[in-house]
Amino acid sequence: MTEWLERHIPKMVLAPSFIAILVFVYGFIAWTAWVSLTRSRLLPKYEVEGLIQYERLFASPRFDTAMMNLFIFGTLFIIISMVLGLLIAILLDQKIRTEGVLRTIYLYPMALSMIVTGTAWKWIMNPGLGIEKMVRDWGFENFSFDWVIDPDMAIYAVVIAGVWQASGFVMALFLAGLRSVDGEIIKAAQVDGIPNWRIYSAIIIPSMAPIFLSAFIVLAHLAIKSFDLVIALTGGGPGYATDLPATYMYAMAFSRGDIGQAASSAMVMMAVVFAIIVPYLYSELRTKHD
Amino acid sequence: MTDIALTTAHSPSRNWGRIALRWLLFTLLGLFALFYLMPLFVMVTTSLKSLEEIRTGSLVAFPREVTFEAWRTAWSGACTGIQCEGLRPYFWNSVILAIPAVLISTILGALNGYVIAQWKFKGANLIFSLMLFGCFIPFQVVLLPMARTLGIMGIAGTIPGLIFVHVIYGIGFTTLFFRNYYVTIPQELVKAAKVDGAGFFRIFWSIFLPLSLPIIVVTVIWQFTQIWNDFLFGVSFSQAGTQPVTVALNNIVNSTTGVKEYNVDMAAAIIAALPTLLVYVVAGKYFIRGLTAGSVKG
Repeated sequence: MTEWLERHIPKMVLAPSFIAILVFVYGFIAWTAWVSLTRSRLLPKYEVEGLIQYERLFASPRFDTAMMNLFIFGTLFIIISMVLGLLIAILLDQKIRTEGVLRTIYLYPMALSMIVTGTAWKWIMNPGLGIEKMVRDWGFENFSFDWVIDPDMAIYAVVIAGVWQASGFVMALFLAGLRSVDGEIIKAAQVDGIPNWRIYSAIIIPSMAPIFLSAFIVLAHLAIKSFDLVIALTGGGPGYATDLPATYMYAMAFSRGDIGQAASSAMVMMAVVFAIIVPYLYSELRTKHD
Repeated sequence: MTDIALTTAHSPSRNWGRIALRWLLFTLLGLFALFYLMPLFVMVTTSLKSLEEIRTGSLVAFPREVTFEAWRTAWSGACTGIQCEGLRPYFWNSVILAIPAVLISTILGALNGYVIAQWKFKGANLIFSLMLFGCFIPFQVVLLPMARTLGIMGIAGTIPGLIFVHVIYGIGFTTLFFRNYYVTIPQELVKAAKVDGAGFFRIFWSIFLPLSLPIIVVTVIWQFTQIWNDFLFGVSFSQAGTQPVTVALNNIVNSTTGVKEYNVDMAAAIIAALPTLLVYVVAGKYFIRGLTAGSVKG
């Protein structure tokens, strides 16, 4: 008996977590997928009706805006964060004595809740009292910066706050990458008289391809999950100008009482995440086996 | 030798170029530092100003007259909808929510990681992959069934309910952290201990746990930051009175009743941010390690 116990203890220790993940991750995904195929409104129904919820979803101008916003926000957020992160990492890599302090400054936003970030930037970009007023008081009477209340520009305000929060993290990733490049190769290049910018563009940066990929994955993941930032900064507004799939899903689930729409939009988010993550995980696992 | 000769020959003009570049470098780094610090600076100064001064003064000016009135209101008087008790009760909600959730998910992660890294059995890797994958899902996809499940369990809208949710969806990451740490410890250690008659828990307790301090710190910090900063679960699964601090902050900032008190908003935002900021300042090294471990997986 004790021997049997001793042999099976590892499995028994892992079992509760495994069952929990099975039920609360995979079971729940299955539930949501199922309900997304029904006519559920305020209460879930379980008769499968086909793709009507998805038809409604893609016919909805609000969800259309949300997907478009995700595309705009995601693209700009990822590109700007990467460029800024790489630039700062390279600048910091020039044997700066105050590197530690600067790194701490660049990275602290990552410790904040997105609600805090959104609150701070909402105030800074406040049209009446924020940057706009400040610049006008400097004498530029016609200066205008009212992105947070302009339906066409509000999503770019979200990009600013998002980049502010995440770019320091990308910097940290890249800095670690720069430091891991073989010093001998760089020294050899320097001895050959190759200028610094060429060393970066031809030797160091190409060798950091895996880090670019990681940074991309993390940022894409953050972009798709961005919910709190929009809620705090614009509340999804003006109107639904800054809705993302995440805020759309939440509105359908908890204020509109439209479970079918909530479930189908959640599944679309899931599909977007899959499209990005699966190839990445697949390549990761393959390289591990080789 | 020729290299050195060349550099010395060019030295005057080269030196000037180098000094100019150095200045450019520091200017750029300084400007970036300003960009990242500006919001924090604005938050702090705004929170110390009176509303009158906010209306008349500049966004980036130091307060002419420092007042802590806004901080007092934010902590114990600001309105979140109909209640006007400030952030204090919600701050404590977050504390009593985060502590057990962090502890439980860390302990589970340590045991899971220990099993997966050191007591491999058939299917252990599959289980790990399934757990890992669970880290990536957008939580929207589990929101609806979780709301119903919490209702069925009778813990909807309660703090134990939120603890439960955070533990469940934290296991993937904590397991990953510990598994990646324990996998670097040679398997011979377990084999030798088994020969000496030590059992599963004994080996964990007297060999692995004493080695685990760094990864425990990383995991605790990661989980604490995640749970403290969470908004989605907080807003979905709480009700009036059990909301965590992020939800209360959002309610204060977006409450539409009365005069907009920007100084109170800023003070409240700083209060909500303080615990994680403090962790970052005190243990930044471990914070960054968690971030990079969480992103560069495998």
